[in-house]
Parts: sequence; structure tokens; C-alpha cells
Amino acid sequence: MPKLVEPNLLEPERYEFFAMPMHQFELARRDFFKLLGAGIAVFAIAKDVMAQETAPSTKGFHNEDLPAAIGAWLHIGEDGIVTGFTGKAEIGQNIRTELSQTIADELGVPFENVRMVTADTSLCPFDAGTFGSRTTPTMTPQFRKVSAAARGVLLELAAKQWNTPSDKLVAVNGKITDHASNRTCSYAELVRGNSFAESIPAKVAYKPAAEWTVAGKPIPKVDAREFVTGKHQYTTDMRPDKMLYGKVLRPPSFGATLVSYDDSAAKSMPDVTLVHDGDFVGATAPTTEFADAALKAVRVQWKETPQISNAEIFSYLKQNAKPSTEDRFRDKKGSVPDGMAAAAHKIEATYNVAYIAHAPLEPRAAVAHWVDGKLTVWMGTQRPFAVRDELANVFHLTEKDVRVIVPDTGSAYGGKHTSDAGLEAARLARATPGQPVKLVWTRQEEFTWAYFRPAGVIEVKSGVDAAGKLTAWEFHNYHSGMSGIETPYDVANVHTEYHQVPLVLRSGSYRGLAATANHFARETHMDTLAATAQMDPLEFRMKNLSDDRMKAVLEAGAKSFGWPRKKTAEGQGFGVACGSEKGSYVATFAEVSVDRKAGTVRVVKLVEAFECGAIVNPDGLRNQVVGAMIQGLGGALFEAIEFDHGKIKNDHFASYRLPRFKDVPEIEAILIDRKDIASAGAGETPIMAVAPAIGNAFFNATQVRLTNLPLQPERSLNS
Amino acid sequence: MGQTIDLEVNGKRYPVRYSPDTPLLYVLRDELGFTGTKYGCGEGMCGACTVLVNGTARRSCQIPVSAAAGKPITTVEGLEKNGALHPVQQAFLDEGAFQCAYCTSGMIMSSISLLQSNHNPSNEQIVQSLQGNLCRCGTHPRIIAAVRKAAAKMQERG
Repeated sequence: MPKLVEPNLLEPERYEFFAMPMHQFELARRDFFKLLGAGIAVFAIAKDVMAQETAPSTKGFHNEDLPAAIGAWLHIGEDGIVTGFTGKAEIGQNIRTELSQTIADELGVPFENVRMVTADTSLCPFDAGTFGSRTTPTMTPQFRKVSAAARGVLLELAAKQWNTPSDKLVAVNGKITDHASNRTCSYAELVRGNSFAESIPAKVAYKPAAEWTVAGKPIPKVDAREFVTGKHQYTTDMRPDKMLYGKVLRPPSFGATLVSYDDSAAKSMPDVTLVHDGDFVGATAPTTEFADAALKAVRVQWKETPQISNAEIFSYLKQNAKPSTEDRFRDKKGSVPDGMAAAAHKIEATYNVAYIAHAPLEPRAAVAHWVDGKLTVWMGTQRPFAVRDELANVFHLTEKDVRVIVPDTGSAYGGKHTSDAGLEAARLARATPGQPVKLVWTRQEEFTWAYFRPAGVIEVKSGVDAAGKLTAWEFHNYHSGMSGIETPYDVANVHTEYHQVPLVLRSGSYRGLAATANHFARETHMDTLAATAQMDPLEFRMKNLSDDRMKAVLEAGAKSFGWPRKKTAEGQGFGVACGSEKGSYVATFAEVSVDRKAGTVRVVKLVEAFECGAIVNPDGLRNQVVGAMIQGLGGALFEAIEFDHGKIKNDHFASYRLPRFKDVPEIEAILIDRKDIASAGAGETPIMAVAPAIGNAFFNATQVRLTNLPLQPERSLNS
Repeated sequence: MGQTIDLEVNGKRYPVRYSPDTPLLYVLRDELGFTGTKYGCGEGMCGACTVLVNGTARRSCQIPVSAAAGKPITTVEGLEKNGALHPVQQAFLDEGAFQCAYCTSGMIMSSISLLQSNHNPSNEQIVQSLQGNLCRCGTHPRIIAAVRKAAAKMQERG
């Protein structure tokens, strides 16, 4: 068994910037029709897409390698059912609905006639993964293009049949109509007996947002009824015939190695299969209880190594930064010393950000099934093709012999990028070929053996002149990552730098990535500068901004929140923060109430204005924005992973606190629909400004500045 | 496999052979296939496994299967009657009160339990009774709206 290499975890976020290999269309065309029945298929081949599309800009000076090309394809069956295929995964962000709307809108078919096949490596085109808020900006245009091309094919078919120029025909509601002769033919009729596949031409015109009829509407989640009735099968719910339950014996701490192994007692237990391979020990049995009992009967000894704890993490990160040699980690313009010399007010501060957990409610899980040396794995992952490649690599298989299928998943938030449970289930199932094995991580395993949003230290030094204009901005991020590291404010003298530090805990992607940490530091620092210059925090931001979209979200949020507000009660505080990332803009306003006597802090209200170009589904978007605000409350106020010598100390919901109903304040989300701007993703940006807005409101109430995430405002009152 | 235990789930009797201290959750899911009831933590801290036992919301991961013997158990699969959703299910649907929806069954079962004992709960009472149910996607405001809507609908019907 080769040692697993996980390049994506060597450096938080890096894998987001690797261009993935482009190998398309492994599914032979005749196989495609065998699987789906006769009909018309239209393909967007990545090569064509590459030529037409450049990566939409994301903030940061390191985005040149963002993978831009992702294929999509579409099939119109003889029954008139349209099926879209994408490698993207549905993880609760509602892309199944959004992409169905897009196809229905562009192709001219009833929404009910559209199906989506997602994240199945045997049926869907290669895709790097469902991350980086990329589904809307990359996948909706591609489905627009294949749908527009398919519409063109149908129009031509009808034109030929009727011997009429195709530009006299209209394609609406699943039908081609010739108004001149009053003839109508359904797509289903046109397709019948006409099986063929076509790649889209290099340039396909599609509808601008202003002409959308199905997209842009608040259509409910497409298969919602499956969820309220409990019928939807998540990976954890699967029970294929002859299935066994798997369990993995976990080491007592990270990096522990197995020094002795004795399974003599466990081996004799009926119906149990033990798997021992290097440091990997697991069991399968007809029930989880039996598998558990078998592992309890295995006698093992582990060798552990001393490791650092959360108490010393921030000094460790500062002291162990690698000298940064690569230009892509650094952005400099003007002269910070000159800018500082010209400043009337100068502020230096350090911000610390803790490790936090994704804590998806559906834990990592997989069902693995080996048949005739071929492997199929069902699992909730955001990167099915990467998982497939890793499984192929580990088990010395070709990619064709591994299939990864992602059932719609019980959320991920950037936490389900790796093969983890899938690889473990496959290792277990290899011992019982023909019998599928299901492995569901326990909550404790989920808190311990997944990866975390990396901790970080951020140092900021800056100055403003007497008129309140920024003169210098120096920003150093140690370890937590580069997303959203660049300041959106106008300043001539800038030094921004990201410092790599070797991993302490296994770290990786997270909703918003490091943008949350970088926005927390920047927006808290901006608030401190405003206070020092004795300016209103909103006015100070506006004065240093020239980006109209950023100003627009600030204005919209301020109007709704009533900024500037007069305090009407003791302990009241108001705060604002804003930001832009991945092509979208956010401004968050917070009201807090501080009771010094009781030592309590309550977030009373959050107002957030968000703009991501043309809105594809305002109902789904509202869910994502409000959801990000509430999830953001946890990282802002109390979430932090505690660890010591390679052990996670708060590995239960009882000790790792998540936002619950009582934590949820009054919430208002203002969605700005810009039909003139291409749709950007919305999964991440709405989380970024929550923490600094709350921290700034706390400062407004108490004059106490909180510089760590989580803010834990009660602690500062009690100290 | 332990002794035979008679379970009554969604109005049907199921004799099962399990060790008596196995949590009800695993028997419902793994043995009987009622997978609408979810595993979230196994410690009674997330509410994803909530079912009705004798009409009251209980965490099925915290009940030994033997303790549930002979008592009527309702899971999310047992709510639909003749193709019509329970008003709470319908209200969750109408409000779009889910994202990944993994918490949804538990939320629905807890809400039904609340509405059985309190026909017109205040927001505070809804918050109080759903405090033990986690929604990591942050759909709380819509869940509260759905419970209010269901309460109104159920009162209308009497």
C-alpha cells in the first residue's frame, strides 16, 4: 500500500489553484445512448470552453491558475425529458434546482421536464470540484451554451421537416412552432428516431439575464418532497443487498504508529472480517455493533509523539513561518515606510484566528463495492473525480475501473474534499469482494479525523492622514491562507504577504476559506483606524473606496439598518464590515447588546446586503446568505478546536458549540439583483463580514477591541 | 442476536432480535430501513434522530431498543396519510425550510411534538423546543416560520 500523498493538504487552499488535468469524454458516445436511451446529446467540450472563457476574477494576486474549464452535457430523450450532466455535487447549496432552471430557461422546456445527473464519475464530465463558489459562474454559462446549441439543433430538425427557414420558427415550452403555417411539433417528436450527438460550436449566443423567464425566479428546491418525507437516500442511508458495516480502529493521537497487533481473540468472532494493513486496522460485520466488538477485541499498542497544543499555536505559527521566496505570496506597491511617515494616525495590531471544524450534520461516510476487480464508491464528497483518481492510484487501478457517485449530501462547507471515508470503506470492502461495505464516521471521528479551517496569525500596520485617507497598508497572514488577502481600499503604499507555515493540524478548505480571517483582521483594523481618526466607520470606509459595487452594498445595508443609529439603551453597540471575494460583494451590519453586570453579550440584529450579479434563484440565494450569516455566528463568537498532543479535546457537540436557535438574532438579508453583471457564486462571501461587524459593534458598545477569532466577548467582560 | 423485541413502528408490528441495549436508532435504520431518521451524533445533542414515542419527541439514539418495546413509534416515514403530507411537512415544504435537509426529519418530528402539546406556540416557545435540534446550514428563521405556519393550518382544521 503506497503512502497516501495529499498535496492539497500540504498547504491550506493551494489545491484550489492547481489546474486539474483535462481529460474529457471518457464515456464513448454509443455507451452514452446505451445508458440513456436514444435522443439528442449536446456536449460542451472543455477545449472549446477553454478558448472562450477566462477565469472570472477572484480577489487576490494568486489566482492565475484557477481552473476555468469544466465540461457539461445535455441529453434530450424520446420522451421529451431533458437531462443535464455535471460533475458538480449537490451539497445543500441547491444547484440541482438552479441548473435545472438554467436549462429550462435556455432550451425552452417546462422546468418539470428537466433532470440533473450530478457528480457521478462514470456519467458526468470531469470536474475539479464543487468549491470556490464556482458552480454558478462556470456551470450556468455552460448549460446555457449546450441548451442554446440543443435548441438550435431542434430548430434545424423542424425546419428541415417543414422545409421552412429555421429563423421563422420559435422554440418554447418543449415545442417548435411555425406561426406562419400554424404547425407545432414537440421536442420529443423531433428527437424520435434521430439519435445523434453534437459538440457545441466555439461561440454560442445565449439569453441575457434581462430575458430570463424560468431562471431568476424563486423556484422551490426541485426534489424538496423527498426530503420532508425522509425518502431521500444520503450515503449514510444506503443499504444495498448483502451490505456489511465497517469500522476503523483509530489511533489515540495524530501520527501515532502501530507497534503491536494481536487479533487472535477477534478473529474467532463469527461473521467478522478483520483488515490489518500497516497502521490501518478495521473490521466489517453484519452490524456496526459486531464490527465495534471485534475492534474492541483486537489488542494493539501505539507509539505516540509529543505535539503542540492550542495554547501555544499562535506563537508557533509566528516562529515557524518559512521564508517566503515566491512572488505569488507577495504584493507590493509604493513604499509603506513613506506612507507611514505621511500618516497622522498609525495603528499596528495582531489578530489570531483559531482552528474551527466544518461539523456537517451528515458525517463523512461511504459505501464501497468491489466486483470483479472494479470499485464503486458512493460518498458525500465535493471532489468525486479527485477521489476517483486517488482510489485508482492507491489500489493500482485504471480510472475506468473506479466509479465515484455522490448522492445529494448532508452538507460539506468545504469539508468534504478528501477521500477519507471512501478510501477506508474501499480498503475494508476489498476483503469481502461482492459485498458492499458501509462506513459512517461517528461524530467523534468527524471532529478528530477530518480536517480543519487552519488557524492563523495576521499582523496589520497602517496609517491614515489628517483627512482620513489611508496612506499605508501592510498586512501579513501567517498560515491561514490567501483568499481575500488583498485590501479593496484605495491606498498607494501597500505590502501584503502570505507566510507559509508547516501544518500543525490537518487543514484544508472551508466555506470562505481564509477570506473570513483576512476580512476579520482588515475590517477590524479599519474600524480601529476610523475610531482613531474620530470618523464614522461607514463614512471612513466610503471615503477610502472607489469600487461602486462595494459602495452599493454598504449603502443598501446602511439604509436598511438605519446607520448611523442613535443608542437607545445601555450596552447597545453598532458595527459594520464589508468585503468582496469571488466576484460578489457583501456588507454586514450588526447590533449587539452588552450587559456588563451579567457578563453577557447578545447579537440582537444582523443586516446583510449582498450582490452577486444576476440572481439565478432568489429563494435559494436567500437560504445561502442567511445560512452563511448564521453559520458565521459560530466562528465569530465561540467555535474553536481545542487540541493537545495530537488529540482533539472538544470532539462532541456538547463541547464544541455550534449556533443553535437561541443564538440566532433578528436577521435581514438584502439581495441586490444586477441583471447587467454575470452571475457569481454565493456560497462563501456572505460569511466573511459577520465576525468583524459583530466585533466592531462590541467595540462601539464597550470601547474594548477584540482581536481574536472566536471573539468570545463574554471573556473580555469577565477578565 | 439477543432476545426478540416487539416494536410498533408507524402502526405496524416488527419483531426484531437485537441486544436490548442497542439504541433504537440503529434498529430503525439498519434493521427496519427507516432511514429518514438520521444519525448525527449518537449522543442526543443534535436531534437528527428524533422520533415520536407515545406521541412525544425522543432522541432515538438515547433509547435502548428494549425500552421502546410495545410503545407506538412514529418516524418521518409514517407521517404521510393517503398521499397527503402532515401539515408540518407541508409547511417545511412551503417555506423551503431546509438546505442540505439532513436535519429536516428531526426538526419535523420535534415540531410535531411541540404542536401536539401547544397549539399556538410563541416564537420563544418554538426556539425553546427546537434548541436541541442542530441545523448547520443556518436555516433557523425559515424553520420557525414553518412551525408557525403549520400551527396556523392545524388550528384552522381544528
